[in-house]
Amino acid sequence: MSSPALNVGNGSSAAPAGRAGANEPKKPVYLDYQATTPMDPRVLDAMLPYFVEKFGNPHSRNHAYGWEAEEAVEKARKQVADLIGADEREIVFTSGATESNNLALAGVARFYKDRKNHIVTVATEHKCVLDTCRHLEMEGFEVTYLPVRRNGLIDLDALKQAITPKTVMVSVMAVNNEIGVIQPLEEIGRICRERGVFFHTDAAQAFGKIPLDVNRMNIDLMSISGHKIYGPKGIGALFVRRKPRVRLVPLIHGGGQERGFRSGTLPTPLCVGLGEAAAIAKREMAAEAERLSKLRDRFYERIMSRLPEVYLNGDLENRIPGNLNLSFAYVEGEGLMMGIKDLSVSSGSACTSASLEPSYVLRALGVDEELAHTSLRIGFGRFTTEAEIDYAADRIIEAVQKLRAMSPLWELAQEGVDLKSIQWAAH
Amino acid sequence: MAAPVYLDCNATAPLKPAVIDAVVAVLAEVGNPSSVHRFGRLARRTIETARAEIAALVGAVPGQVVLTSGGTEANNLALNVPGRTILVSAVEHDSVLRPACGATRIPVDRNGIVDLAALDRMLAGIDGPAVVAVMLANNETGVIQPVEEVVRIARAYKARVHCDAVQAAGKIRVDFAALGVDTLALSAHKLGGPQGVGALIVADETALTPLLLGGGQERGRRAGTENVAAIAGFGVAASLAAKDLDRMAEIAALRDDMEARLERILPGLPVFGRDVPRLPNTSCLAMPGVPAETQVMAFDLAGIAVSAGAACSSGKVAASHVLAAMGVSPHIAGSAIRVSAGWRSTRADFDRFVETWISLWTRLGRAERVAPAA
Repeated sequence: MSSPALNVGNGSSAAPAGRAGANEPKKPVYLDYQATTPMDPRVLDAMLPYFVEKFGNPHSRNHAYGWEAEEAVEKARKQVADLIGADEREIVFTSGATESNNLALAGVARFYKDRKNHIVTVATEHKCVLDTCRHLEMEGFEVTYLPVRRNGLIDLDALKQAITPKTVMVSVMAVNNEIGVIQPLEEIGRICRERGVFFHTDAAQAFGKIPLDVNRMNIDLMSISGHKIYGPKGIGALFVRRKPRVRLVPLIHGGGQERGFRSGTLPTPLCVGLGEAAAIAKREMAAEAERLSKLRDRFYERIMSRLPEVYLNGDLENRIPGNLNLSFAYVEGEGLMMGIKDLSVSSGSACTSASLEPSYVLRALGVDEELAHTSLRIGFGRFTTEAEIDYAADRIIEAVQKLRAMSPLWELAQEGVDLKSIQWAAH
Repeated sequence: MAAPVYLDCNATAPLKPAVIDAVVAVLAEVGNPSSVHRFGRLARRTIETARAEIAALVGAVPGQVVLTSGGTEANNLALNVPGRTILVSAVEHDSVLRPACGATRIPVDRNGIVDLAALDRMLAGIDGPAVVAVMLANNETGVIQPVEEVVRIARAYKARVHCDAVQAAGKIRVDFAALGVDTLALSAHKLGGPQGVGALIVADETALTPLLLGGGQERGRRAGTENVAAIAGFGVAASLAAKDLDRMAEIAALRDDMEARLERILPGLPVFGRDVPRLPNTSCLAMPGVPAETQVMAFDLAGIAVSAGAACSSGKVAASHVLAAMGVSPHIAGSAIRVSAGWRSTRADFDRFVETWISLWTRLGRAERVAPAA
């Protein structure tokens, strides 16, 4: 059985004949790779047999169907472990990174609660980390939410100061989902190890994108997602260090699968998909990063050379190649989104994109409210083409120019009026 | 060697072809259902279509369906009830027993039916709010519980009722509204859908305490990016299961015929739960004197997949808590296996099972019986 063609833009070959130019990509152009990624056809091919004839329950101990499924799951576990320098016995499959983050934070906090009651995390973490921390506060834990600097990175001295003898763990995401910045994991890990606290990292946006090594980085727990690395949704993993051993209270109890850390029948095809996606990432990560960096730079230069008053949110150096987050001054956010309807980009994280609130991540960087409202997250990935990049940049440039042409604020700014100095009449 | 025979559908059932098509088609699409752009909206629509199909299978409305990663998570979510006393039937699945660790167990009779008088007495002795968990059908024996009666009693004490319908859905008619329970757990892969997805059906007035916190998906009741492809497959499986319920009568006839044929060879063949309402596809039967482990190995060699109990984590076959609760002696319980048919099981499958069972019994069972006398 061959896998169907991926339904994402794949360059000029997909352009409808007659209407579009030779270089016009298929539309809408998908540029939201931090929300989710298209499946790699190779991943789908690896999964297919486990939907069809190899459908057994991997926990069935009495027959070949079960053993065959179990073997596939264990191979996938090794593939996941191999990408981060872990032992396969340190990988716990979950339903996704949200569950992994919930399990890591609540599981560790509850296990050690008699001795320690303090967690250090960061204001720009993913909502599932922040929500779990808020919940733990209600259970009586204390949580420190570290601020970030203007570039989105934490201050290591602030981290050192935040750790107390009561601190059980530090949870800092590897890569931010909105602005793509990479936190200094190795330094954080060193600090945590020196101070004897566990280091958890939400690596949903980092796993498979940047080199990660749990030993070199002294990571004790790592949350992993399938659908952010061209694998399936509904599967993730939590790395849980064995030496020195990290213990945790499970969230989901039952048949005792995953060595008791996480009960429930493992979805064999999804595990296989995560494993294959990890194996592909391991082989192709370096070349892919190089290709994406070029695409990203091309896009960025095209925008910056033709539009003034555009601001990059988050550090450019310490950043995954597949992300840009730009604020366009003097345009209105909703209008901008309406003007680029055939680009699938996000104005924040997918989880909060339906709300009109400005991004809490950008607010934490100190981006002012106006600019936070006009930001776009542009995510590039494995199937993004140069034609798509050029097309997207041109549509954005056009839309911004059009909106600015209609904007009295832009006109004033062009005349040299400092808008902040104006005393607006109250109506 | 003849084609393998799969009679372990209570562990996991093969996917129906239309389900595979739906899952694969959605896997090839990109889109996070929380994204507002077109790819996101399409994924959202896929989920809502499936949600309606799942609701329809069990007589619920779409707004009552909370999608989870499976039956185990659904049971855990239902029993995440801080401050409530939990009562569970003694024959519940581990995914009900373990999260309700420390819960009082409601006894069952020799047929595996929950003791309603005992439930009434136990509820009378509880101060404060309670939750009663009684499964609709047992995974090992297929025995169907009088859940409506359980609800009637529980209501008198204002107790909440959770029902694990993982094994029942798709095999017998399940009507959430008619049962009157507060929460009902479902799993896709037991009814021809994919692994990795399930649902908790929640009555409108029942408040849930989420287990997974984060992005606010499932209206704040279950965080995490939805498993869109598996959910689509669950929807298709649910609508097919509703249509195929009639076929279950054929499966029941094949199962009954199988038991009758074995009984002709071994009069008094122990079949657990045979005298009470049972799932049409399940038969839990003992071959006295022959350890279950020996039997399943022999069946596997003959290319037949059956099971010696629930498929869970332990490498060894532990004594079944279900049969123990029914008062079955450890010796007999240790020789019980579970045969569970499914949508693609045929008469030929049962014939193969019967042939193999008889040859095994002739070789090992009789011999063992005769041995002490010799």
